[in-house]
Amino acid sequence: MTPANQLSKSFTYKSLISKSFKVTGRQVLPGFALSLGISLLFISLVLLLPLSGLLIQTAGMSWADYWAVVTDPRVMASYQVTLLMALGASLLNGLVGLLVAWVLVRYTFPGKRLIDALVDLPFALPTAVAGITLATLFSASGWYGQGLAKLGIQVAYTPLGILIAMLFTSLPFVVRNVQPVMEDLNSGDEEAALSLSAKDWTVFRRVIFPAIWPALVMGVVLSFIRSLGEFGAVIFIAGNMPYLSEVTSLMIFVRLQEFDYAAASAIASVILMASLLLLFAVNVWQTRYLKRLKGN
Amino acid sequence: MHQQRIGDQPWLRRLLIGLAFLLVGILLVVPLVAIFAQALSAGLNIFWVNLSDKYTLHAIGLTLLVAALTVPLNLVFGVFLAWLVTRFEFPGRRILMTLIDIPFAVSPVVAGLMYLLLYGSNGWLGSWLMDHDLQLMFAWPGIVMVTVFITCPFVARELIPLMQQQGSSEEEAALSLGASGWQMFRRVTLPNIKCALLYGVVLANARAVGEFGAVSVVSGNIRGETNTLPLHVELLYQDYNLVGAFTSATLLAVLALLTLVVKTFLEWRQQQSAR
Repeated sequence: MTPANQLSKSFTYKSLISKSFKVTGRQVLPGFALSLGISLLFISLVLLLPLSGLLIQTAGMSWADYWAVVTDPRVMASYQVTLLMALGASLLNGLVGLLVAWVLVRYTFPGKRLIDALVDLPFALPTAVAGITLATLFSASGWYGQGLAKLGIQVAYTPLGILIAMLFTSLPFVVRNVQPVMEDLNSGDEEAALSLSAKDWTVFRRVIFPAIWPALVMGVVLSFIRSLGEFGAVIFIAGNMPYLSEVTSLMIFVRLQEFDYAAASAIASVILMASLLLLFAVNVWQTRYLKRLKGN
Repeated sequence: MHQQRIGDQPWLRRLLIGLAFLLVGILLVVPLVAIFAQALSAGLNIFWVNLSDKYTLHAIGLTLLVAALTVPLNLVFGVFLAWLVTRFEFPGRRILMTLIDIPFAVSPVVAGLMYLLLYGSNGWLGSWLMDHDLQLMFAWPGIVMVTVFITCPFVARELIPLMQQQGSSEEEAALSLGASGWQMFRRVTLPNIKCALLYGVVLANARAVGEFGAVSVVSGNIRGETNTLPLHVELLYQDYNLVGAFTSATLLAVLALLTLVVKTFLEWRQQQSAR
């Protein structure tokens, strides 16, 4: 019951109940004006007003200034490392999440409930705590760092550290998106395929994967969005070396500390647009996908 | 006996379960253990000394204050918004539901910056506030404001799918039997949503207590004044006071574990009542 799977569930449920919604009268229920008023007031004050503040600040810049700030080589390097590491982390999450979801849905074993509960730890644990813990574990004298150093791998204070931090904080997304879909799988298709003596791998590829891939993609995209914006967990382990291991969120922070508010908001506007576009694309894609499902 | 499911061969089963345990161990259990191991590495005495440090106590107090102001506000908003979008059809309903997801998608640092631009001394509302001697940024009200932003989707997001699934027939029945709006809400709606509501509150609380990125932009990190617990953890860590940093971190880790326990309990109860 994480925000991520709620996100996907809300669409599923919506399609289920939309019919009954129109039959039952809605005009009898009280509280429309009150709840509309409070919701609009809250959203305007908390969400829209600050958003407009950012837009106004950015609009005050000339296009040349804006372009110079957002394409500054140090900022460009931060886009590159953020995008690459977020991509790596979310793809890895796809693999790890698929495995964990499979094990949790298909098998019963001692400790299953414990694993199920622990999967949500990254959402419950403050990111700063995750950050200092991972940095300490992967430092040269840490529990993991010592072993990795013998293999010649350095994680802390390199881009690889950023990837680890992103992997940790977005770990629940894939599991929680894939798990409910896997639970609802129709076992008849699987049995039928097996009775036709199809190989296990073929059944997985032809029967199971086609049913779960939209949830898998959804989980990977959500963990990508989360990783793009991650700050708390990343900055402790990244080492934050200019041109090498600075993430874009940190660049906003750096500009703020130089009291360059205009530059900070220009960079923020890039992040904001990227994440809103992704969020919007995911919503549209998911709605369309569910419509197709309903059509079948 | 004919095979009915794939992946049930004993060797494969064992391999996959083993791999899952290994991954969960490396990625989640060991880090969790490491927090407590580091905090206690200098002995129990030092742990208590660190915990009762006056700056730590102040950070705990401020963090509790932020949560105490933020969570009820988002609880009220979440209930009203969920009622609105699940019980009425109106133009703009979908836009409203997309807007509420913004805090999930936006980087916390961007969120903090937006508030700083608006209410900071350079901002267009900020200069008016300055004239009236009101300082919101780099003070505790600013921390509360960004935390409200960050946590505003949690309660609504838990309630909306559930309330949509349940539909409004029970509420309509109560009304037709002569219940007032408030009676209907208290006797019918609230009992139906109480688990999801509690879970939303627990999640919002965990996030409110643990928020770092947004808060660090607007806090100013003044020790003993505007330092919340996560910021205190950072400050101690930057001071190379590892044991101190991890001592404060244990408090947050315990809260995270409690959150997981409540969540597991609520899910278990939901499964029981579904049977």
